[in-house]
Amino acid sequence: MHKVIIPIGPQHPALKEPASFRVQLSGEKITGLTIRLGYNHRGIEKACEERTYVQDVYLNERICGICSHAHSSAFVQAVEEIAALDIPRRAKYIRTLIGELERIHSHLLWLGVAGHEIGFDTLLMYTWRDREVVMDILAMITGNRVNYGINCIGGVRRDITPEYAKDILKGVKTLEERTKYYIDIATKETTIIKRLSKVGMLSHDDALKLGAVGPTGRASGIDRDTRRDDPYAAYGELDFKVITDDHCDVYGRTIVRLGELLESYKIIRQVLTQLPEGPIAVKAPRKIPAGEAVSRYEAPRGENMHYVKSNGSDKPERVKVRAPTLANLQTVSKMLEDRQLADLPIVIAAIDPCFSCTDRLISVKEHSDKRSKILKWDELREYGIHWYQHQGVDFKKINDRLKRKLG
Amino acid sequence: METKEIKIKQDLLSRFPYLSDKVRVQRDRRILAEVDYGNFKEVFEYAIRDLNFIYLCTITGLDEAEKIALIYHITRQDGIILNIKTGVPKDKPVLKTIIEYFPSAQIYERELKDLLGVQVEGLPEGKRYPLPDDWPPDQYPLRKDWKPNA
Repeated sequence: MHKVIIPIGPQHPALKEPASFRVQLSGEKITGLTIRLGYNHRGIEKACEERTYVQDVYLNERICGICSHAHSSAFVQAVEEIAALDIPRRAKYIRTLIGELERIHSHLLWLGVAGHEIGFDTLLMYTWRDREVVMDILAMITGNRVNYGINCIGGVRRDITPEYAKDILKGVKTLEERTKYYIDIATKETTIIKRLSKVGMLSHDDALKLGAVGPTGRASGIDRDTRRDDPYAAYGELDFKVITDDHCDVYGRTIVRLGELLESYKIIRQVLTQLPEGPIAVKAPRKIPAGEAVSRYEAPRGENMHYVKSNGSDKPERVKVRAPTLANLQTVSKMLEDRQLADLPIVIAAIDPCFSCTDRLISVKEHSDKRSKILKWDELREYGIHWYQHQGVDFKKINDRLKRKLG
Repeated sequence: METKEIKIKQDLLSRFPYLSDKVRVQRDRRILAEVDYGNFKEVFEYAIRDLNFIYLCTITGLDEAEKIALIYHITRQDGIILNIKTGVPKDKPVLKTIIEYFPSAQIYERELKDLLGVQVEGLPEGKRYPLPDDWPPDQYPLRKDWKPNA
């Protein structure tokens, strides 16, 4: 059979962000995938070198619209380490609180998108409606739905009042109930289980080799979480579980994210009961002494890493950012290897090809003898039925019943 | 009390005596080892195979005037990061790829190639990252002498 290469992106109605995938197909099977990135490269690392540390906090916050707190936290942590600043405990707890609220909004958003991609749009509507609860909490505390601007070098900019705490707990209670309902759906609803199981397989060894991080890695049995392994903010003082799973597929990744939501609610309750009294920030010097630091942060998508080198001035010498998606994207080719095109859902929605109208003659390569042969229409139909039966899809009984009914 | 970090430092020093004043425990879970590029491979291999640094976080490239410095950030299950710093001359920046140890390093090495003009030997053919295809060949944005309108 002829190999066909389909370009998806970089600008594509169904892609939310620019990325270019070249999908090589043999029939419906994906035989190769090339990914070209960089369409969103804005030169932020270089721009950081030309701005002051204070400006860089805001610039780093804008690396990502979803996990903005992850980037600003990782950056300020590195700068604070170089400047040997002792951050008040209350500030560390507030950073943790915002970090977990951000994880909740990101995971609920993902769940909705996942539902949408498998044609389960009710789930999208439900999760995005519920996500508004956490968005309102974030807006209440920080003044913003995204790009919270809560971090400053030396602490945080806004405090948590007892009234806020009451509202947060109320919201968390609602979200927890809803999450339990989604867990119930994900573990009992056959459509979800069947559609997500064994799709996007990534074995433990491959995940390890390709450097998968976050829920992607944890769903392939990689027991890594920066919050536990390299604790920052207040995580060293809190009790939570790292959720792992060994399904190694999209279903496993769903289970991990849903489990993480419940852990986030647990963390938030602990933060609010243990919130220490005291100031929320210390004064930071404008010029940072020469030095370097590596800072890690468990973003909703996985380990986020910042490296900062200072030279004694008010501008950094070098800022290096490694976001979790760059680590995870390299696993995508592996996940799609030898899989059906339909498992790359975005392809179906956008390309919607109609080759059958164009080509009414098809050449099929037999597995037994490697020669190609031309099939007549009836033979092709028969071939198609057998092919689907081989995949476990058999309409014979339904067809027979239908025939009887129609007489 | 002997911490895990000090133990790693001692293991490195006893295996490679030439590192005597080159390994520093920066803080809890952070170790920095400065290695000449000629010795890099054996130290790197030892850290992965014998000290269990099985995860690669990323590779950072820095323009340090006469050389391009590289920091290989590797980590292990208990959260300790070993930063192995090495460097290649800026007028002839040639590296060997590390994809035999970490296939994931490919994208980080392409980044070094594009942004700092480092040549990476052994890197398979593939799309560049992250600059556009029509980017001028001798422009390396993360080099200190590069200015946006040059």
